[in-house]
Amino acid sequence: MFVELNNLLNTTPDRAEQGKLTLLCDAKTDGSFLVHHFLSFYLKANCKVCFVALFQSFSHYNIVGQKLGVNLTVARERGQLVFLEGLKSAVDVFFQTQEEPHPLQFLREANAGNLKPLFEFVREALKPVDGGEARWTYPVLLVDDLSVLLSLGVGAVAVLDFIHYCRATVCWELKGNMVILVHDSGDVEDEENNILLNGVSHQSHLILRAEGLATGFCRDVHGQLRILWRRPSQPTAQRDQSLTYQYKIQDKSVSFFAKGMSPAVL
Amino acid sequence: VTLSEGARAGTGRELGMLDSLLSLGGLVLGRKWRGRAMDSVEWEGRSLLKALVKKSALCGEQVHILGCEVSEEEFREGFDSDINNRLVYHDFFRDPLNWSKTEEALPGGPLGALRAICKRTDPGPVTIALDSLSWLLLHLPCTTLCQALHAVSHQDSCPGDSSPVGKVSVLGLLHEELHGPGPVGALSSLAQTEVTLGGTKGQASAHILCRRPRQRPTDQTQWFSILPDFSLDLQEGPSVESQPCSDPHIPPVDPTTHLTFNLHLSKKEREARDSLILPFQFSSEKQQALLRPRPGQATSHIFYEPDAYDDLDQEDPDDDLDI
Repeated sequence: MFVELNNLLNTTPDRAEQGKLTLLCDAKTDGSFLVHHFLSFYLKANCKVCFVALFQSFSHYNIVGQKLGVNLTVARERGQLVFLEGLKSAVDVFFQTQEEPHPLQFLREANAGNLKPLFEFVREALKPVDGGEARWTYPVLLVDDLSVLLSLGVGAVAVLDFIHYCRATVCWELKGNMVILVHDSGDVEDEENNILLNGVSHQSHLILRAEGLATGFCRDVHGQLRILWRRPSQPTAQRDQSLTYQYKIQDKSVSFFAKGMSPAVL
Repeated sequence: VTLSEGARAGTGRELGMLDSLLSLGGLVLGRKWRGRAMDSVEWEGRSLLKALVKKSALCGEQVHILGCEVSEEEFREGFDSDINNRLVYHDFFRDPLNWSKTEEALPGGPLGALRAICKRTDPGPVTIALDSLSWLLLHLPCTTLCQALHAVSHQDSCPGDSSPVGKVSVLGLLHEELHGPGPVGALSSLAQTEVTLGGTKGQASAHILCRRPRQRPTDQTQWFSILPDFSLDLQEGPSVESQPCSDPHIPPVDPTTHLTFNLHLSKKEREARDSLILPFQFSSEKQQALLRPRPGQATSHIFYEPDAYDDLDQEDPDDDLDI
């Protein structure tokens, strides 16, 4: 969890808003630091987290998480974290027989129909357990990342339907939060990715967009972060709720500063 | 109304713009109006859709909402109870594709619900709000959707029907970036009014294109903002602070004063300059001077000593050139 980012978003683990969908988007740079931030943020907020990790292995997230002060292994054993490791369980689809459909069942189908098994997995993971005091505050779904599903042959509309159902269950029914990462390839011809990105953008309450600098790679400024607040509950909340900061990623933290105000320049 | 991503010298009355949109020809039965609102990620259109829904409800119409994108609570939020009583929310948000396999799913999907609304028996005017057209367009073939919308608008023009059916107005919200120009154009051609949302610096604007039958299409841009209770507030233009201000008290400085050289020409100097013939410009006077040898002027000779290697060709074609 990066404290400076919490300040920019005006939130802390104790008093985060619920029922919100946050879209993380990266263009020409690597936005995974945002995923690590939200993972550690919600674990520290004592939420039940379901992490659909399609991009990296469990140990990768664990190593980074330890730098940010959370232990994913312990969280998984405690039952706070439900981790779907896409890289490993994709192989299980082919080599293990299971009664109920595997979450990544679409890999076996010639025409990847829909992501209903994946949604059922998420719903099963986050449903509140009956009979027992509530150990966790609210459920959170984290997906890293959605563009991988497109690469695996799922259609953009099917992915949007999956997000819709997750939003209906996690955000509306269970009053939890969702954090989704989608890559922006910047390619105008990649229609499926553009439909997916715009479709999720319209459904989201907060959009964090990490972009590479227009002038190229820089040692002291790794990129630019644009924050856009959407769908305020009151329509008169300022429309120009859009902020831009530049950032530099260090070993255990990320520092943010206004454009052009990098400490290396001043 | 397709609200998508664009001041009259007006009074700013709330009724003005909406009157032109809703074309309240209440006495003219069977008057169809359909409009489309197109929004973008930055300028969202649901607030405007809710404002128009509220306006319809206040006029006494019954409003049906095909809600595919937001939950019923979220849509009803901000409306007071008498408006909420007039809204009928058809919920396609919770389980639109029937994944839960329960009996609750509405039969026929959104289009079935749309047709069922139109088959109603009460004759009052009805407004149908589609939230959103984009969802329908992504899940249904474009032709099916266009045919359904067309049927809705023409369903009350069957001849020989003695009972007058009230007018049906359809409001649709479309997210412009999600679709290619083909489907957007097809829906545009069905719509009588198209509203594209945009804005600058926190001020929202709506570019309204009206196509009335047998009239020329009109378009105008209207700045507006939506109040917390979803009533529309029309404005003249972006607020003053956002425009670049030029200070009228400082006169523009003339940089050509106080120079040590002269940048201006007097009238005589200008005339002399204009009448000057450029040295390499071939005018008629020059041509005459060259053609007519001047008397008293020594003609020029060219003395040529041919080399040993020179080839004096008697049949040189250049010799009979007459310049």
